[in-house]
Amino acid sequence: MRHIISILIENEAGALSRVSGLFSARAFNIESLTVAPTEDASLSRMTIVSTGSDDVIEQITKQLNKLIDVVKVVDLSEAAHIERELMLVKVRATGKDREEMKRIADIFRGRIIDVTDSSYVIELTGNGAKLDAFLDAIDRTLILETVRTGVSGIGRGDRILKV
Amino acid sequence: MQLTGAEILIRCLQEEKVEYVFGYPGGSVLYIYDELFKQDKFKHILVRHEQAAVHAADAYSRSSNKIGVCIVTSGPGVTNAVTGIATAHMDSSPMVIISGQVPTHYIGQDAFQECDTVGITRPCVKHNFLVKDVRDLAVTLKKAFYIAKTGRPGPVLVDIPKDITNQKCEFEYPKTISMRSYNPVVKGHSGQIKKAVQLLLEAKRPVIYTGGGVILSDAAERLIQLAQGLGFPVTNTLMGLGGYPATDKQFVGMLGMHGTYEANMAMQHCDVLLAIGARFDDRVIGNPVHFGEVARKIIHIDIDPSSISKRVKVDVPIVGNLPDVLDELQKLLDASTGNPDAKALAQWWKQIDEWRGKKSLKYKQGKELIMPQYVVEKLYEVTGGDAFVTSDVGQHQMWAAQYYKFDKPRRWINSGGLGTMGVGLPYAMGVRFANPKATVACITGEASIQMNIQELSTAKQFRLPIKIINLNNRYLGMVRQWQQMFHGNRYSESYVDALPDFVKLAESYGHVGMRIERPADVEPALREAFTKHKNDLVFMDFLTDQTANVYPMVAAGKGLSEMILAEEL
Ligand SMILES: Cc1ncc(C[n+]2csc(CCOP(=O)(O)OP(=O)(O)O)c2C)c(N)n1
Repeated sequence: MRHIISILIENEAGALSRVSGLFSARAFNIESLTVAPTEDASLSRMTIVSTGSDDVIEQITKQLNKLIDVVKVVDLSEAAHIERELMLVKVRATGKDREEMKRIADIFRGRIIDVTDSSYVIELTGNGAKLDAFLDAIDRTLILETVRTGVSGIGRGDRILKV
Repeated sequence: MQLTGAEILIRCLQEEKVEYVFGYPGGSVLYIYDELFKQDKFKHILVRHEQAAVHAADAYSRSSNKIGVCIVTSGPGVTNAVTGIATAHMDSSPMVIISGQVPTHYIGQDAFQECDTVGITRPCVKHNFLVKDVRDLAVTLKKAFYIAKTGRPGPVLVDIPKDITNQKCEFEYPKTISMRSYNPVVKGHSGQIKKAVQLLLEAKRPVIYTGGGVILSDAAERLIQLAQGLGFPVTNTLMGLGGYPATDKQFVGMLGMHGTYEANMAMQHCDVLLAIGARFDDRVIGNPVHFGEVARKIIHIDIDPSSISKRVKVDVPIVGNLPDVLDELQKLLDASTGNPDAKALAQWWKQIDEWRGKKSLKYKQGKELIMPQYVVEKLYEVTGGDAFVTSDVGQHQMWAAQYYKFDKPRRWINSGGLGTMGVGLPYAMGVRFANPKATVACITGEASIQMNIQELSTAKQFRLPIKIINLNNRYLGMVRQWQQMFHGNRYSESYVDALPDFVKLAESYGHVGMRIERPADVEPALREAFTKHKNDLVFMDFLTDQTANVYPMVAAGKGLSEMILAEEL
């Protein structure tokens, strides 16, 4: 099963490598990993998307908790949560494709954030499935470049991950 | 007062009451060694190879519950130390490793003797630090000692760039430390402990299975009280030997790949299993699927939550410091009106005694060839069972574990997790430093001993009267055994050719050497070594039966009750 694991970790040099090293050393799977400092600059927040049986996910959370720099670990997918990912897509936009591309971007509530006479950069946020759907909806041959941030997630309502 | 980083390091070690530092100097630690030279509060033990420094510090910890400390230089000093660090890590041995690093402004430039120490050691330490500011040094060292010895213990490395050791700042050693990200649990969950008591009292075929955790947390006394109060059979893992007295009637021997028949059968067929400070390792329970085929309730007490339900699903997990949890468990048992089921227990013991009747450790000592098992048995007798015994890795390690009956914790020092050949002699050194009056024997093989043989020189320098029991079968015996059993007798590269004359070798280092070739000479030679040469290092080269194999055996991937016994071959 797919799980979204959120981690608060001391914002120390090498913290990321401790987490990624743990995943590779124990053959845990990482679908995506995002990390950035929180409002408290001494802490970083990571979101890891992983897949595995319940036993594997249990080991992942235990092993993460065992890392000395890790302050808290939560499996967001255990309860209601929101996940979002940002994607930037650079597409060829000439002739009739120019109009069509804008139309599809609008449908997906994407924004065009860079324009040249032959290309657009489209910004899109949503869960992974929505971003995939957008890529499926446009003509693949027009895609020049894509970049995705990987998933960030947060619990709904009163669920708060904080020290 | 302003102190340099090197001075601060020395002061911190003194504050931690460090008695010995095992190490080897080099460019990046010269300021540190300069300060070492100027002080006399602790001693530096100069080894002959950094790997040995780490092993010695590791054994110093294991045999005493003090913290072993070592210092190595950057680059090759660190890479040489890695085997030692990984060995300590696998067996949860608390230690602090100080490594030199190139100056901060050189880091990342492929400087002379630079390596990414924090990166290389990250997967084999409990934690590591790179100190980038001299003002962080004292608090980092405080954290290092704190992390090493609390929770599930382990090695912690502190990497210190050379410029930091020469920069100055105010020194103050923190009295206490608290880390928001690291708060090991102590007390067990009382609800779970209640459930455990319930299960123990209902058990018909109980087994207590204990591991290295009992030794590391000094929980042996509580274990004895608990086990004897309940009257349950006890088995120890390789790492747990000495946690329960081997000569006690409730002890059914070591379990696992080379465990006794009775221990493995009891483990397989019990209905309630109390696991204490053990981790259901593959060498211990064999095939987990086979193990799971018998329904039993498992109570697992461990300080490390990730050890629980990792390989085997557990019914009652209890996370906590063993002595605390065992105290609580004992209290509840004492207060309980229930008693263990005496009738069922008697029945169970009858079954166990039947299994014991197989005498799975039996071997034949003839007149011509020395059996390795016999040497260990005689060693046990000659030392009155009271020695500290270290071993290397291989057949001799298993025979040491099977035939030397350890009655006390911290007496049996070996590399169980990583299985590192070459630990035996440096381990014996570390043991002797931690226990300056102790009788120390190192049971080894002619291959393993050569992996750190240079330490004979260190042992001479520091007058360490270690007795090396070399069970010399001219083979990588354990490898040969597997090749014989599983690879059609093709002894690929397992013959140990061109052996040195160990007697002359020992003598050239200034030690006593003996070669023993006949069974009748085994005991007299041992007596001579431990009496006449009490104060010398004696290298005893026993030429043993080359064909001897370790039995009983649970082959890799097999179940605990699928043992191969010597008599069946
Ligand atoms: C550093 C290292 N290399 C290789 C091995 C694999 N290995 C395990 S036992 C063994 C043979 C050890 O031979 P010896 O020391 O003579 O002991 P014996 O088995 O003959 O008693 C080997 C090579 C190991 N455990 N450690």
